[in-house]
Amino acid sequence: MSLLKIENLKVNINGNQIIKGINLEVNAGEIHAIMGPNGSGKSTLANVLAGREDYIVTEGSVTYMGKNLFDMASEVRAREGIFLAFQYPVEIPGVSNANFMRTALNELRKFRNEEPLDAMDFLQLMREKAKLVEIDKTFLNRSVNEGFSGGEKKRNEIFQMAMLQPKLAILDETDSGLDIDALKIVANGVNKLSNENNAFVVITHYQRLLDYIIPDFVHVLYKGQIVKSGTKKLALELEEKGYDWIKKEIDM
Amino acid sequence: MEDVNIVEQITLSDYKYGFISDIENDTAPKGLSEDTVRFISEKKKEPKFMLDWRLKAYRYWLKMKEPEWANVKYPPIDYQDIYYYAAPKNSSEGPKSLEEVDPEIRKTFEKLGIPLAEQQKLAGIAVDAVLDSVSVATTFKGKLSELGIIFCSMSDAVQNHPDLIEKYIGTVVPSTDNYFAALNSAVFSDGSFCYIPKGVRCPMELSTYFRINAKSSGQFERTLIVAEEGAYVSYLEGCSAPMRDENQLHAAVVELIAEKNAEIKYSTVQNWYPGDKEGKGGIYNFVTKRGMCRGDNSKISWTQVETGSAITWKYPSCILKGDNSVGEFYSVALTNNYQQADTGTKMMHLGKNTKSRIVSKGISAGKSQNSYRGLVSVNTKATNSRNYSQCDSLLIGDKCGAHTFPYIDIGNKSSVVEHEATTSKISDDIIFYCNQRGISTEDAVGLIVNGYAKEVLNQLPMEFAVEAQKLLAISLEGSVG
Repeated sequence: MSLLKIENLKVNINGNQIIKGINLEVNAGEIHAIMGPNGSGKSTLANVLAGREDYIVTEGSVTYMGKNLFDMASEVRAREGIFLAFQYPVEIPGVSNANFMRTALNELRKFRNEEPLDAMDFLQLMREKAKLVEIDKTFLNRSVNEGFSGGEKKRNEIFQMAMLQPKLAILDETDSGLDIDALKIVANGVNKLSNENNAFVVITHYQRLLDYIIPDFVHVLYKGQIVKSGTKKLALELEEKGYDWIKKEIDM
Repeated sequence: MEDVNIVEQITLSDYKYGFISDIENDTAPKGLSEDTVRFISEKKKEPKFMLDWRLKAYRYWLKMKEPEWANVKYPPIDYQDIYYYAAPKNSSEGPKSLEEVDPEIRKTFEKLGIPLAEQQKLAGIAVDAVLDSVSVATTFKGKLSELGIIFCSMSDAVQNHPDLIEKYIGTVVPSTDNYFAALNSAVFSDGSFCYIPKGVRCPMELSTYFRINAKSSGQFERTLIVAEEGAYVSYLEGCSAPMRDENQLHAAVVELIAEKNAEIKYSTVQNWYPGDKEGKGGIYNFVTKRGMCRGDNSKISWTQVETGSAITWKYPSCILKGDNSVGEFYSVALTNNYQQADTGTKMMHLGKNTKSRIVSKGISAGKSQNSYRGLVSVNTKATNSRNYSQCDSLLIGDKCGAHTFPYIDIGNKSSVVEHEATTSKISDDIIFYCNQRGISTEDAVGLIVNGYAKEVLNQLPMEFAVEAQKLLAISLEGSVG
């Protein structure tokens, strides 16, 4: 089943065209990796899909579960099952992780005409999911991301993803700044959550993460366009030859 | 930019408690003169000492100048264009029970969500309800009087307990204290009196709901709370006013007196009409609140959640006279649209080993201006005293202002005063992060603001904390797009 269909998407920020015509289809049960050198438009793509306002779509369309994605406000996209694991998660002082997640989860349930989760069930769910990404229970009472290390913030993103169980999860350089142990924890979380009904778009600069999260497809984004698509092999080739190989091929 | 949208959206929120109830008034002629003061005193059948005290205050007030140092701007007030006394007309006989209360008045309270009847027993709250200037209903008096606690309207107290009033009134806020306190002393209409005898712990939260109702009738509440040796009382004050076009003057005075080992906790949720989106109308709120820790080991704690009024000028303070006495001030002041707030506290350490704690959380949105103004003064004799102050500001949008004016004056070397301050902003990044988790912008702001104010809200009694949380969210409704 097609979850996401991007057709000829073009996006501007402050008058500069960053994405210059992307086509991509993501089906349920698939894991797509999007790789590319810095400044190629990877994070822009992630933010546009999540509904960030500063980005202006000038052309093309994105269909999510048969609906026009751009008709939905960002919170509606989230409730419809789109999740963005942020490259730089923000700190929210004074709001505990538990309170934040409870609000988010209950918004989701309300959207689906479900009763809010009672405190006990919620706590149990939190504990269960916290285990998945190996985070300490005390973290749940701390303010969202406040005083967290880089690795803790990224694990918190995966924890939130586990809580909200999205249909389409976009991981924006979740591996950057992670040591190998944290990387394994994050990858393990993703692998456990992956099933035939959901899909992952993993944005990464390095091949490293793809040793642990095995993608079905690898796309190379360069200068705002997908210039090459392939399987896991493509990622390995990139690792070996570097982005210069692609750049040369395209720029010629 | 997104900021601009945020600011524009702020002005979309409307005041939810605005309505005018139609009650006949027994009103003094407009304007202020010795005759007005005499009229009020006579209406209230006051003893001579009270009239003399009022007149003295009035004569002093005539010589005073309106203060200009606060960081607020408003057109000059015409003190001759104000009604100084308005009483619900049918009140001369006084209702014997709730059923006798004017249905219009009861409807007003219902709209405000004030439970006057049986719910109160369940809630454990005794309410001395003030509508305009005369108390219309008082409950739980019987239960309290068994313990020797006096809880009644100021008017009743002046008539029935003149000795106590004469002894305490003006001892913490003298009639000559400041311009608005002097005005209040001359024309105060009503308010609450509370007296907790020696060793008695008041078993319930005492609360009064103030309400401005009659057109252009300035409201001059006067509240006096006395806790004798070893006594304890927690007092709640909540306000909400109907929608108005004209600016209305409100100049209240609250005096607290804590004797040896006594403790008074005074909590306020203030939600007077703040004016409309263009800054038209709204209440001018010039309040003098002061507590005196008279005895050793006494404690006074102020907690306030201020969301209303066009202008707020208010500094609930503590005079720490007794050795080892403790003063606390917890405040959340929220301003939106064109509201202006200049609020804070004064902690005056006079006794040895006295302690004070100040936690102030300002929230500015729209085109509002929010100032914290505080004084910590430690007398030369107040050795080993301590103060901790924390003043935080939260900005929503980029057209509002937050200001901090801390004054510190330390007279000895053994005392320690600490001051911390932070300023933060609800950024677009935070809002987007919340949106991306399915939380709407409005709910996100509510979540963040309540998280920010938590330390203060936690000081409120449970039922008030919930109400205050809702109030913060309502006050910022539509404030961020």
